[in-house]
Amino acid sequence: MSIETLIDDFSFLESWEDRYKYLIELGNKLPHFSDDKKLDEWKIVGCQSQVWIIPHLEANPIYFEGDSDAIIVRGIIAVVFEIFKDKSAQEILDIDVEEIFDKIGLREHITPNRRSGMQSMVDKIRYYAAQTLKD
Amino acid sequence: MFDAQKIRNDFPILQEKIEGKPNTYLDTAASAQKPEVVVNRMVKAYLEEYANVHRGSYFLSDKSTENFEEARKIVQKFFNAKKTEEIIFTRNATEGINLVAATYGAKNLREGDEVLLSRAEHHANLVTWQQWALKTGAKLKYFDLGEDGSFVLENFLKELSSKTKIVAVTAMSNVLGTIFPIKEICKKAHEVGAVVLVDACQYVVHKKVDVADFDCDFLVISGHKVYGPTGIGVLYGKYELLNDMPPYQYGGDMIETVSFEKTSFALPPARFEAGTPAIVQAIGLGEALKYLMKFDFNEIEEYESMLTSYMTDRLLEIKGLKIHGMAKQKGGVCSFSIDGIHPQDLAFILGKEGIGVRTGHFCAEPLVLSLGYKSLTRASLGIYSNKEDIDIFIKTLEKAKTFLA
Repeated sequence: MSIETLIDDFSFLESWEDRYKYLIELGNKLPHFSDDKKLDEWKIVGCQSQVWIIPHLEANPIYFEGDSDAIIVRGIIAVVFEIFKDKSAQEILDIDVEEIFDKIGLREHITPNRRSGMQSMVDKIRYYAAQTLKD
Repeated sequence: MFDAQKIRNDFPILQEKIEGKPNTYLDTAASAQKPEVVVNRMVKAYLEEYANVHRGSYFLSDKSTENFEEARKIVQKFFNAKKTEEIIFTRNATEGINLVAATYGAKNLREGDEVLLSRAEHHANLVTWQQWALKTGAKLKYFDLGEDGSFVLENFLKELSSKTKIVAVTAMSNVLGTIFPIKEICKKAHEVGAVVLVDACQYVVHKKVDVADFDCDFLVISGHKVYGPTGIGVLYGKYELLNDMPPYQYGGDMIETVSFEKTSFALPPARFEAGTPAIVQAIGLGEALKYLMKFDFNEIEEYESMLTSYMTDRLLEIKGLKIHGMAKQKGGVCSFSIDGIHPQDLAFILGKEGIGVRTGHFCAEPLVLSLGYKSLTRASLGIYSNKEDIDIFIKTLEKAKTFLA
């Protein structure tokens, strides 16, 4: 699924109920972490739920695995992964995730400067991406 | 006469729509909404009566000082304190606790002394005393609550001894809602020679604070939780204790005379109010307390107790829902969990329907963890809450379950 398809899919969903149902559906497709992967090392600080993101920076293109104990949050992780799928580290840094979330009617979940929330997850992924560019 | 609808109309924000839905505000325990009179009073202070306090001798400075000191008098009256000098303006309750710890605590705590807290303290109280215990070598002790979250006198007495120098306790738990018998706690603590600091942040919203009746040594509140502005709080302290405490911060307005070599410090409360205070916020807080004093607190209590029971009953109708904190003596707070549903997911759905609740550990992480959870959902009530709020809330909880279960 491309970003365009994602935006397209969400655009057909007029009510927030339908958008959230779809979001939860996307989240359900995300594999659950086994307990040995739920390490503090991968935990995102600043979320109201537990969120783990494991980076695979040696891979080409780089990719991420993620999980949460909250199902809507799993949906948001799935959307973020969809946005960053098959993208280079530089592209990950350049993509305007906030704008995409706005377009798919989920703006409330990605708000810059929010102390808690999903923004910290996106920030962490960008941090990992930036690491690969340093070398 | 207590007229719930009329009171609600005093709070313009509750008339606002949230994403097209009625504003169902159930997060008063985190911060209360403000009545229009408070906002108007602050606007008037800024637009017509503003200058720095305690300084100049011109009309506006006099007026501003008069208003600021009048606010102190209102707090004194509201708390039933003996003297206005016992009322210190702080930034918030957290600063009030830090002030006591850094002055009274630092001066009086020695190795081997004990500081006694309940297991239900807010981080403001817990972390502050934990850190000052580490600094001074004093030992931090906790007394357990009953299974239902209630205060158990035997548990308290078991930990209280002649080693106890400070008892720092909430008057109402922000998680469990439990009301603590402060008067009795103070009496027992005084018998062993300990002083008592009361965190009345939640209590003051729902019940009458009477420091003379409590006979507490220190008491703190945050203005924003009691329908006043942010950035202002109050520390009450018995004058003899305050007078014996060193300054908390140094600077202007807290001095008597200054030379290049030394300074003599002012008497309380000035000694503890270094720098320009939050003048307009203090005036706003005074107005909020004046607003509350228009009502008979018994009627507020009665109304809120009716609403709390209603919310409790309606919540318990929901399958798989558990309320944490079912003490008989309880204020308008319900923290709960629903089997198989994450509070964060719940809050997202509730938010879409204009409902504001809090999720997480409510700045009482050890307590929530000890209940077996990382996070809970909390609905809390204020003077403006009504049955419709609760009905919308319950209906949406049921709807959320269809999404999330």
